[in-house]
Amino acid sequence: MAERMGFFTDTTICIGCKACEVACKEWNDVPDDGFVFRATSYDNTGALGASTWRHVAFVEQDGRWLMMSDVCKHCTHAACLDVCPTGALFRTEFDTVVVQSDVCNGCGYCVPACPYGVIDRRQDDGRAWKCTLCYDRLRGGMEPACAKACPTKSIQFGPLDELRERAEARVERLHAEGVTEARLYGENPDNGVGGTGAFFLLLDEPETYGLPPDPVVTTRDLPAMWRWAGGAALALAAGVAACFLGRR
Amino acid sequence: MPRRRDEMVPDAEFRSYYGQPVIKQPIWHEPHMPTYLYLGGMSGAASAMAAAARLTGRDRLELAARMAAFAGGTAGAAFLVAELGRPMRFLNMMRVFKPSSPMSVGSWTLAAQGGLTSVAVGSAVTGVLPAVGDAATLASGLSGVAMATYTAVLLADTAVPAWHEALRELPFLFAGSALASAGAAVMLTTPRAQAGPARAAAAAGAMAEVVAGGLMERRLGLVGEPYRQGRAGRLMRASRVLTLGGGLLATVAGRSRALTALSGLAITAGALCTRFGVLEAGRVSAKDPRYTVVPQRERVDAGRPASVPGR
Repeated sequence: MAERMGFFTDTTICIGCKACEVACKEWNDVPDDGFVFRATSYDNTGALGASTWRHVAFVEQDGRWLMMSDVCKHCTHAACLDVCPTGALFRTEFDTVVVQSDVCNGCGYCVPACPYGVIDRRQDDGRAWKCTLCYDRLRGGMEPACAKACPTKSIQFGPLDELRERAEARVERLHAEGVTEARLYGENPDNGVGGTGAFFLLLDEPETYGLPPDPVVTTRDLPAMWRWAGGAALALAAGVAACFLGRR
Repeated sequence: MPRRRDEMVPDAEFRSYYGQPVIKQPIWHEPHMPTYLYLGGMSGAASAMAAAARLTGRDRLELAARMAAFAGGTAGAAFLVAELGRPMRFLNMMRVFKPSSPMSVGSWTLAAQGGLTSVAVGSAVTGVLPAVGDAATLASGLSGVAMATYTAVLLADTAVPAWHEALRELPFLFAGSALASAGAAVMLTTPRAQAGPARAAAAAGAMAEVVAGGLMERRLGLVGEPYRQGRAGRLMRASRVLTLGGGLLATVAGRSRALTALSGLAITAGALCTRFGVLEAGRVSAKDPRYTVVPQRERVDAGRPASVPGR
């Protein structure tokens, strides 16, 4: 197994150029996701989806713009992968999470399972799609297209341990410079998804950027779900038995 | 200050990205998914009834239950295949068995249910290998109770707040609904003199469905709001009225043909309303970022962020 690879997206130096979105589409042959004027900001792609694997969010606040290039988090405990019934979703040697499009039968279970709303099904094609962290490029020893194209190094790619150290140092420096609202999002291995392979440096609460403030991998509670369902199954059997006992 | 989650007035003070959803809405279609939930549940509980009828020697009722279980299982499977984005690849469900995926567990359960109920009906209709048909009926009693309840885990094992947080009550809601549905189907297709246990099942299932649904909406607080509002709220209320009315009628229907028909139809309509209502509530719950953000923000603010122990 190779080292765990990931993204550190430092939103403080994102300029909102969307080169990452374009490079991702070009390299991965991701189809058009619609030309929509949303009338809220410079955001024309809206959200991550089946045909938007990098999404640049624009948040206009008093006197400043927040810009963030969002992407699949490649969770340590990935709900999409856990619930996939065909094995189409798998974990690669880089500890990333990838859909095998030749196996996916479009059951759609991964879509509501993702706590970040990343993966989605393409209407015309019927299969689920999301960021692969450029699995093909990684196998060829190259960095993902979005990181390659990012002109400010807001998107940094590398071994996750190294990225975490770099991010800690960056936050310390920002705090020292008086940017006290700087905080990391997703890097903590003790969080509800066991830490993410793609994490972020944010300047405001995660929900401001459309990110969940405290996501949980839904399968964490699966044993409890089966216990309750088992209880209901027993109750059902007992109920049926009770209806058949007694006089004819 | 930590806010209480059972507040009836939702907290307006939450932040989002232009009010956009945080999670994706379930993409499962109507009528496919809720109809499958109904048919699968009905089939499962009917199998349990067929097994009980076999064990207590109620031949006519057993035949009706075998038929209902088979019809529900096969029609349900057809809806499920049609629901796939790539229906021709439905057999990919069988390439692995994944306990971490309720849909994988469910696919194998449905395969067992479909196979066993087909053998049971085939034997009953042709008169071939009666012992094998009887064994399949008894075995389908086991696959049946799994069939009637796994769908609750299927929905709860998502990031959709109205489904995930209902993980305790959903199995009882679905089991009750399944029992009521099967009781209704079997009492409509069994000579009334021999349909006593089916009427009892219809009434008991209806009560369980109404009670479990009520408990669920009460416990969930803010996250349960989608079950009470809009189209989902109307469906859940209609379900309660139809199920309660149909269940009470079943207890007094006795040998009246008209009352039996009325009761069976009301219960069936109520069960369908439940399944459509639960799907719709899930969609609303996923679409409004409030239901995702507010409980999570409360956890963080209270200093109790989520973690995944032992994994």
